[in-house]
Order: sequence, then structure tokens, then C-alpha cells
Amino acid sequence: MTDLYTSQRAMRNMRKAAMQRGVIAILDVGTSKIACLVLRFDGPDQLREQDGVGPMAGQSRFRVIGAATTRSRGVRFGEIAVMNETERAIRTAVQAAQKMANVRVDHVIACFSGAEPRSYGLAGELDLQDSVVTEQDVSRVLAACDVPDLGPGREVLHAQPVNFALDHRSGLGDPRGQIGHRLAADMHLLSVDADVVQNLLYCIKRCDLELAGLASSAYVSAISSLVEDEQELGAACIDMGGGATGLSIFIKKHMIYGDAVRMGGDHVTSDISKGLQIPLAAAERIKTRHGGLYATGMDDREMIDIGGDSGDWEKDRRQISRTELIGIMRPRVEEILEEVRATLDAAGFDSLPSQQIVLTGGASQIPGLDGIATRVLGQRVRLGRPLRVQGLPQAATGAAFASAVGLCLFAAHPQDEWWDFEIPSERYPARSLRRAVKWFKDNW
Amino acid sequence: MQSLTALRAPGGAYGPKMSGHSPRRDPAPSKWAYRLQRLLLTPGIRAFLFRGLPIIVLLGGVSIWFGHEPNRQALIAQLTQLRADFEARPEFLVSLARVEGASDDLAEVVRVKLGLTLPMSSFDIDLDAARLRVEALDAVQRADLRVRSGGVLQVLITERDPVAVWRTAAGLTLIDATGHRVAGLVARTDRPDLPLIAGDGADLATPEALALIDAAGPLTPRIRGLVRMGNRRWDIVLDRNQRVMLPEKNPVQALERLLALDHAQDLMNRDILTVDLRSDRRPTLRLTPHALAESRRAQGIEIVENEL
Repeated sequence: MTDLYTSQRAMRNMRKAAMQRGVIAILDVGTSKIACLVLRFDGPDQLREQDGVGPMAGQSRFRVIGAATTRSRGVRFGEIAVMNETERAIRTAVQAAQKMANVRVDHVIACFSGAEPRSYGLAGELDLQDSVVTEQDVSRVLAACDVPDLGPGREVLHAQPVNFALDHRSGLGDPRGQIGHRLAADMHLLSVDADVVQNLLYCIKRCDLELAGLASSAYVSAISSLVEDEQELGAACIDMGGGATGLSIFIKKHMIYGDAVRMGGDHVTSDISKGLQIPLAAAERIKTRHGGLYATGMDDREMIDIGGDSGDWEKDRRQISRTELIGIMRPRVEEILEEVRATLDAAGFDSLPSQQIVLTGGASQIPGLDGIATRVLGQRVRLGRPLRVQGLPQAATGAAFASAVGLCLFAAHPQDEWWDFEIPSERYPARSLRRAVKWFKDNW
Repeated sequence: MQSLTALRAPGGAYGPKMSGHSPRRDPAPSKWAYRLQRLLLTPGIRAFLFRGLPIIVLLGGVSIWFGHEPNRQALIAQLTQLRADFEARPEFLVSLARVEGASDDLAEVVRVKLGLTLPMSSFDIDLDAARLRVEALDAVQRADLRVRSGGVLQVLITERDPVAVWRTAAGLTLIDATGHRVAGLVARTDRPDLPLIAGDGADLATPEALALIDAAGPLTPRIRGLVRMGNRRWDIVLDRNQRVMLPEKNPVQALERLLALDHAQDLMNRDILTVDLRSDRRPTLRLTPHALAESRRAQGIEIVENEL
């Protein structure tokens, strides 16, 4: 754990350096596409206050100056399966985005959907030495959280303090400077497969880029798709990607649960491909152009040319009705949603005060999905599109770019993580010089 | 490795199969193409490539070209030719020298002294040198040369004004108020209007002499000239061989005292040879021998005179 912990610290420093330089790249490594956005940070003085619309959620501090997507290769279930293929795809996206931005980017913040995220709720308590809560106390109480056994080969991806409680007052966002005796903290910890992260790190390193941050795509797409009151009151964001469907639950503007279902739009495509005996690319085309989930009488009469260039006239002239297509797609989508439902139930989503569910991601664009989702997940389902950010091309404003846009917001306003707090001086090695320095700093 | 390439093939080949074209090329840049693009987007490299390199190439080319001696010579020759052509244009041709403010004789001399073979280009005329040459003439106090439009060289001459005639052993000279020579003079009668001065260093003390002549008043018609004695003081020579010896200091006041004496006692009309004013305590008179004898006789003093 300490390995990724220290590298997360290094990433945070790298992100600060990138902010200083003003340019940072966003990389969304998905199963069906790899998106790269280049952000330029203007600084607060360049805000256009006089236009009437002030900075919304802080996103006007940056501007997207380059955007590129490419078909993803070598990625399965949101995890890197073929390293050099993925590397080439990343290079393609980064190069095109750099070309559009006309600037070289060295720092990149990446997100991925796979690696089997698992959520843990952590709690820690601490008796304060003096009655005022200092930053040291916050880091001590975070250090006092007992970390569960994550299992072999697991690393911490996110570890965010969610709630602080001081004596009997809970729900504190920032306890610093407050007076009390006993400080308690709740922390949400998301662990992922270490190997997957290492692969991604290695891939990005091979592209001559430096990683300035890592995030789970379920988390970042919730940042961009959930509106503020949904984040505050409690909502689940379901990011239906190509190979994995991410799931995150927000309440009080903090993620309290994250998970992923290893199924997505690519499975629908492969079902079509298998069912109709056509190549995957043709299946993808048919899915996006004619796909749907609710069959009507009209769909019986709408015939779709399947095409193909096998040379066999009979095979190449096949037609199916849209109803048949829907008949192939619907069970798979229902299966995905059932899985999501099961995960939500396991997470205890029922007990949340607000049961809002937001569907986003590329696969959420299937017509009729909201109807099926209402049946499977509950009444309060809506389709979410990412927040609009400055300079984003029109082509990149769809639901498929929810995690890329969320990553932009994450880069501009990162959540405090465990490793952003200083290590409490007790945790330093006993004979460390830094411990002595810290002791002096704390006491004088 | 072969199997991995085959894995890539489905993704890359499906679209083209439908459209019937040859398999689409992999859009991914090669590692080196990617690195090159990133290198070219680096600000320092960009600045170097788009500004520094062209400048270096340009400077290098120029310096190599100049390093070759014949090239340099040819360029210099060409530039010289261009300059000469430009200077030889009729717009810059000076064809006439107009001398103003000088008498005809002097103008002729000035023209000769200018030493310019007109017509010539105004770039070739060294106006300063020409001015110095003209000003070297005694009769010219000051010369202004300027090239006017229409190819005219205007020479504005301020002549020296002769104020006195200086007689030396070599002859007569006209001098101006500063004592500078203006011209020679053949005979005193050519300029009877000017006072005559003589003696060593008389020209340098001309202002003093002029002041004395101004102050002479009723004596003026009788003045034959002024003689500088020992390059230090003045004698006024009057007609009837009378001589007024003035002191070294304040000669004008001494002269005024003499005039007062003359006015009171009609001194200068008497038979006096010399009035010596060198001492300011008393004027000393020297009588003519006849007057002296007469005076002595009137006083009853008998002296023996002989030819010796």
C-alpha cells in the first residue's frame, strides 16, 4: 500500500507543478475509446465576471484547448490487456490533442473504469491533545483509521475523508480550528487491483508522459454528471462504458461507495455480432444507428440491411427487422442493469434518503434505456450529460465524455485525499531527522 | 509477436471490409514520430526552429559569401559605383559659384581661391575646406558657403573694413580694427581719409590708436600720424614736427588733459617741439631752439652758442 501511497503523494506534487505550468492533459482510458483533453489553466484573474455567469463549480478556471479521441485498442473491461496496443492508442490520442492545442503536455491525469474497485468505509477516533483541532490532529485522526485487509495485490486508489465528528457534532466538513475533545473521522477508501494500475502507469510512462493523478472513472463521471443538489442529497451515478459499468454513490458531496460491473456496451455489440453473424464493427454500426430497447409495431416493418462482404450474395443481402435487433439488445442491457441493481442493493442504496439514479456514459445513449432503467432500478432515473466546460468541442459534450469532463473538474478541484495531509510526526521513523525537525516545528 | 499483430487486425480491418477498401492504416504514430512531434512542440525548440535557425542559416550564408574575397570586392565595387552614379545625378550638380558681399576684384580672387572646377557634384565639394581657403584671404573677414537649389554655390563674403594705414619699412599696409592686414597700399595719398600709424607692433594696438584719434578733437586736423614707440606707448605726430608723447597707461586721459591745457592756454599753437605726457604728475615741454633762445633772452640769460 505504501508504494501507491507514496506515488500518490508524488502525483499530487506533480499536479501542482503542472498547474504552475498551466497545461495538463486528461486521459480517459476506456474500453471503446481513449479520450485526451488538454487543459490550460488561466488563473482566477482571467475569469469573465462581467458576462453575468460567474464561475460555475469552478470550471471556468481552466479551458479545454485540445481534444482528441481515438478508438481504444488492447483494453478489455476497462483494463489494459495488450500493453503496446494501448500505448499506441494513447499516443494517437495524445498526439492529436497536442496538435490541436499546439502545446506540449508532460503531465497527464488518467482515469480507468476497471480493476475491480472495492469500497470500504473507515472510521477513526482521537482524543485531542489540546482542545483546538489543528491540521496535525486531522492527519492523526486519519492515520488512526484502521485499514481493513485489502487483500493481496490491492492498492488504495481513493481515500477521502468524508465526515468529521467533534464530540457529538457530526457532519463537519472542515473541523480545523474548532474546539472539542474527541475528533472522529469517517473515510471512504476505494481499493483497486495493483497490477492494473501498474500496467497503466507503465503504459503512460512509455508515452513519455508523467502521471499527475489517477482516478476511478465511476467517481469522476459522477462529478460531471450529478448536479450539485444530487451530490448533496444523495444519488447514484451509473457510468455505462464500453467494457465496464461504473457505479458510484454520492451523498453530501462525497463519494461513499464505488464499484464496477464488468459488463458494458461492448457486450451488447458482441451479442449482436454473434446473433447476426456479422463482424463487430458492423454490429457496432447497427447498434448505434438502429439500436433500441422498446419494440413497437413500427419496428416490425423497419428492415435493416446487415451488409457484409463475404462474397455470398445471400449472406450479404440479409435483412433483419428492428424488433429482432431490439430482441438481441434488450436482454443484455437488462442483465447489466440487474447487476447494477444487485450492486446497489449490496451497497445499501435503499437506505439513502434520496434514491436518484443518473445514467451516463456512452452506452446510456441507447434509445429507451431510461424506460428499462426505471423498471429495473427504480422510479427516479434520469439520463445525465456531463457539465459543460469552457472550450470543449461540440463532439465531446455527449454522455460518452462524462468521465473525461469529470476528470477535468477533478483536476481543477481535487478532493482532499488521505495523502494530502502531512504524515503525523509519530509516524515518522524514530531516528529520522525529519521527525526532529517536525517536532521542533510543532512545539515552537 | 505475430499473434499480437493478428489480434489488432480485427479492429483495424472491419471498417474497411465494409467499405471495400484496402485495410486501413494504423493511425497510431510511431514512437519516434510521436517523440518528434512532442519535441517540436517544446517552446524552446520551437523558438529555436522558427527564429534561431533561420537567423543562423542566414547569417552563416552571408558570412560564408563574404568570406570569399572576390565577392567582397565585387560588392564594394558595386556599392561604390552605385554611390558614384547617385552623386553624379544632375540634381546634385553644382555649376555656378555666386560670390556675394565682395567687391568685384575680391570676388575674382575669391573665385580663384575656392579652387573648384565647376561643374562638380555637391557631394564632392568640401565646403569647410573651401571656406578655410577663402577665409585665408586677408581681405575676407568671414565667408559663408552653402549649396543652394538650382546648382548654385553661394559664397557670402564679409569683407574686412580698413580703418588705418600702417607704415612699415616694407611699405604701406591697410589694416582693420583688429590690426589684421587688409591689403597693401601703394601711396598714402590713395587713402588720405584713414589715419596713419607706424612703429613696431602698431598693428596690434590699432584699437588704442583709433581711440586716441577719436579723442583728439580739435587736434585732429593737425595729426600726421601715430607712432608706436618701443611697442609699448604712442606718440602723436602733429604738423610743424610737433610730437605728443603719451604714457603707457591711460593714454586717452593724458590726451584729454593735454586738450584741456591747449584749450586753456593755447598750448599747441606755441613754438613747442614736444609735449611729454609720460609722467602723469606734470607735462614736460620742449621748446624749439629758437623759442628757447628767445625765452632765455627775455629772461636775460646769456648763453654761448656755437655750431658744436
